[in-house]
Amino acid sequence: MKTVNQRAWFFVAPVLLLVAFNALIPMMTVVNYSVQETFGDNLFFWQGVDWFEKLLNSDRFHAALGRQFLFTGIILAIEVPLGVIIALAMPRKGFWVPVCLVTMALPMLIPWNVVGAMWNIFTLPDIGLLGYFMNHTLGLNYNMTQDPLAAWITIIVMDVWHWTSLVVLLSYAGLVSIPDAYYQAAKIDGASSWSVFRYIQLPKMKQVLTIAILLRFMDSFNIYTEPFVLTGGGPGNSTTLLSIDLVKIALGQFDLGPAAAMSLIYFAITLLASWLFYTLMTRNDAR
Amino acid sequence: MALELTNVTKRVGVDTHIKETTLRLEPGHFNVLLGETGAGKTSLIKLMAGLDRVASGKIIMDGRDVTDLSTQKRNISLVHQFFVNYPHMTVFDNIASPLRIAGMAKSEIQGRVEEAADILQLRPMLNRRPNELSGGQQQRTALARAIAKESNAVFLDEPLANLDYKLREELREQLPDLFAGRGAVVVYATSEPEEALLLGGYTCLMDDGRVTQFGRTAEIYRNPQDLVSAEVFSDPPINTAPIHKQGNEARLNANVKWTLKDTAASLADGDYTVAVRPNHVTPVKSSRDLVPMMGIVQVTELSGSESSAHFLLGDQSWVSLAPGVHPYRVGDDHQFYMDPSKCFYFAPDGKFAA
Amino acid sequence: MAKITLSRLRHSYFPNPAGPQDYALKEIDLDWDDGGAYALLGPSGCGKSTLLNIISGLIVPSEGSILFDDRDVTGLPPAERNIAQVFQFPVIYDTMTVFDNLAFPLRNRRVPAEKVAARVKEIAEMLEVTDMLQTRAANLSPDNKQKISMGRGLVRDDVNVVMFDEPLTVIDPHLKWKLRSKLKELHQRVRATMIYVTHDQTEALTFADQVVVMQEGDVVQIGTPVELFDRPAHTFVGHFIGSPGMNVLPCAVRDGGAFLGDTRVTLEGAVSADAQGDTQIGIRPEFVSLATTGLEAKVRKVADVGRHNVVEAMLGDIRVNAIVEGAAPAQGETVHLNFEPAQTRLYNDGWIATEPGEAAQ
Repeated sequence: MKTVNQRAWFFVAPVLLLVAFNALIPMMTVVNYSVQETFGDNLFFWQGVDWFEKLLNSDRFHAALGRQFLFTGIILAIEVPLGVIIALAMPRKGFWVPVCLVTMALPMLIPWNVVGAMWNIFTLPDIGLLGYFMNHTLGLNYNMTQDPLAAWITIIVMDVWHWTSLVVLLSYAGLVSIPDAYYQAAKIDGASSWSVFRYIQLPKMKQVLTIAILLRFMDSFNIYTEPFVLTGGGPGNSTTLLSIDLVKIALGQFDLGPAAAMSLIYFAITLLASWLFYTLMTRNDAR
Repeated sequence: MALELTNVTKRVGVDTHIKETTLRLEPGHFNVLLGETGAGKTSLIKLMAGLDRVASGKIIMDGRDVTDLSTQKRNISLVHQFFVNYPHMTVFDNIASPLRIAGMAKSEIQGRVEEAADILQLRPMLNRRPNELSGGQQQRTALARAIAKESNAVFLDEPLANLDYKLREELREQLPDLFAGRGAVVVYATSEPEEALLLGGYTCLMDDGRVTQFGRTAEIYRNPQDLVSAEVFSDPPINTAPIHKQGNEARLNANVKWTLKDTAASLADGDYTVAVRPNHVTPVKSSRDLVPMMGIVQVTELSGSESSAHFLLGDQSWVSLAPGVHPYRVGDDHQFYMDPSKCFYFAPDGKFAA
Repeated sequence: MAKITLSRLRHSYFPNPAGPQDYALKEIDLDWDDGGAYALLGPSGCGKSTLLNIISGLIVPSEGSILFDDRDVTGLPPAERNIAQVFQFPVIYDTMTVFDNLAFPLRNRRVPAEKVAARVKEIAEMLEVTDMLQTRAANLSPDNKQKISMGRGLVRDDVNVVMFDEPLTVIDPHLKWKLRSKLKELHQRVRATMIYVTHDQTEALTFADQVVVMQEGDVVQIGTPVELFDRPAHTFVGHFIGSPGMNVLPCAVRDGGAFLGDTRVTLEGAVSADAQGDTQIGIRPEFVSLATTGLEAKVRKVADVGRHNVVEAMLGDIRVNAIVEGAAPAQGETVHLNFEPAQTRLYNDGWIATEPGEAAQ
């Protein structure tokens, strides 16, 4: 047998270092905090798994987690089909292709906090364009700072506006890679538009769509900036998603221990859910 | 500038892709690697080109061990089945690219590129980009790049496979001449036996990751050293059938038997496999010595001047290939004649017997 | 099944074609019988794919019309033409089983389930894929995938025409002949009108009862495989069919005869009166033999291709290929070439210019 070339380690080392500083060390700090109680002045007391137990049994955590799943569920249910529909409607060649692509990409180029601020102003009942229109022109009672339902709808519409493009662009990339022969064959086989979608477009889009759903799941599950800027978690706690709650505990109350424990649970849930998604969506490929 | 492989193997995971191979390719020779898809031609070329690492064994170029040397340092050229050119460069720049990388003087580059372009009739297209060229021209550009580079070894991996039939014929005719007198080892992979014969030079037969025979093309065509080699080097497929030898009689079945002569007659009695090329099984009785056999015609094919018939002899499928057009009727019995003087006999272990 | 008529068909990809050079398809008039096997043969860019797409309805021709059984279908979309097509690359529905793939065209047309099952079974048996019916089509090898594509084309018994667009491109050479012969067999069993587009002479000649040879948008010759080989109407046909192709030797015409240098060459028949243009002698390598007398030539190259030798000889600066059985001359040797008179023809501006019949001196 030939000796294994050890030089490779030399090239991998910088990445390992970077990952260590970037992820491993902060993560270990969090783990460290999560099992201790701190009162400042670098005074720490061992707590064991107390924080985890308390947290998992707390109504506040359950409520935030529930809101988080509800939010992610709703936006996935809207953005994925909507994104696919828009991608299907986009032209495949010609002058309008770049126009559509750039238009689609625009929302994604705007920084997250700006999006939150934009929508905040946009929906103000007295001076915001949308808010004014809803209240004064349509005569509806729309005020997301007071009405939880309005706040939810606003957050969801904002996220759909911001992120559907991602699904559109990925689906579109999948669609344009389908050779013309498939469409021609389907026409000749007498397939309906639905059959073309079901048996050609959807299977060919499946891989990119899997990635799109995963990305949207992870991003929406960890969403913080936009709803924080838009509603601040209110009115009341009605839009306090898991991430917002986490920051409230950590920075608002300086409960580093519980916050650390919550981070770890949060992380575990995201990881587990992503893994579940991925396995479910790819399990048929092996057969 | 010989290229030598000594006990080279290649493994991917637990699969052995190239079994122990020892081969010596001489400078200035045109070598054809012939085998079916998956026989290991591309794997072997990748090893020789340094694109893959060997699992064991040694590769020596010009007396120098290059086993651990990267592709960039081996001074080789590779022309792929797909037309690989830089799409944003003109034909001139495409041909010149390896020379520029080598840091050659501008005037010399100009000269070399023009020489290569002349050989491949690309002179009028030097300022065009690859996407403005036909497939044949694109592949000629890739070949010109290989020629201009004057590498020590040129690897051509089925370079004509994606070209039109007639274009393939024209370019194939030029290929051996292109590299003649350049002193480079040329390796040309193909899955078509006909192509190997037309290219001439030397042929290396491959099957299942193993070199089965290597030698002058016409010579190994006439003298297969085992059954596999005979099968690899035949299109349409060579006819094979089990026979029993008793005294100087070979018996295929109750109706088909013939008298063995020369070395075949002196073989020990027993079971052998007879192999005979389709062109030695014809519908015309051109000599008294031919062995008649009655077959049921299954399929007939016509390729320009030759026609072939696939027929059933008992439960075996046979092929006949003959010049001209013959009045075959599918499903009918037809009389065919086999030339016993052109038969190969192989022992039960596949080795050539007579 | 239907008879197909192409009438004064022309097509240009430009909106306002200025001259013949702008036409991908120059004027074509053709009649194809019901149940026949036809091939369109020519190099890339000869217009054969354009013609195929016009017949299938993917392209609407600039001029002229297409008739299926005397019904004008020129403006009809593919779905309404009742045709089937097999593409260069296998088109299969990945998520379906082989059975569902084959059943797809039938189910789309609401054929009753029992009939679907029976028909799929029948086609699967013809294609020898019965044991794969329950596997997912995505996992098949390329040649099996292409078989399934073919099967989908053949499964409907009411199609007007089945078209094949270079269907063997992705098939391994050693499997090609199997599929080639399978197709031929299928045609004999199904008896549908079939059109096969290819650049490969073996595929075209093997498959078709009648071959249409195309060059630069023009139909150069229509004939049976034997006719195309025996008596090419154009030098292009002679060159394109046969390997090596027909020798085309520039010659002079005077006194009603053809001359290579000072030697008069015996032709198959009388020279037509209008042979005033660019004249050439056409003779296939199969009919050039080495003799003791005749045209003197120098051997430039000998290729031993196993079954025979291909001798490349130089007649002055003109190259002549000869197929020689048995012993071949050595390189550099001087030989005499003999042309078989009945197979020696004169071509004028590319087109045949001798009368068939008794060889005339």
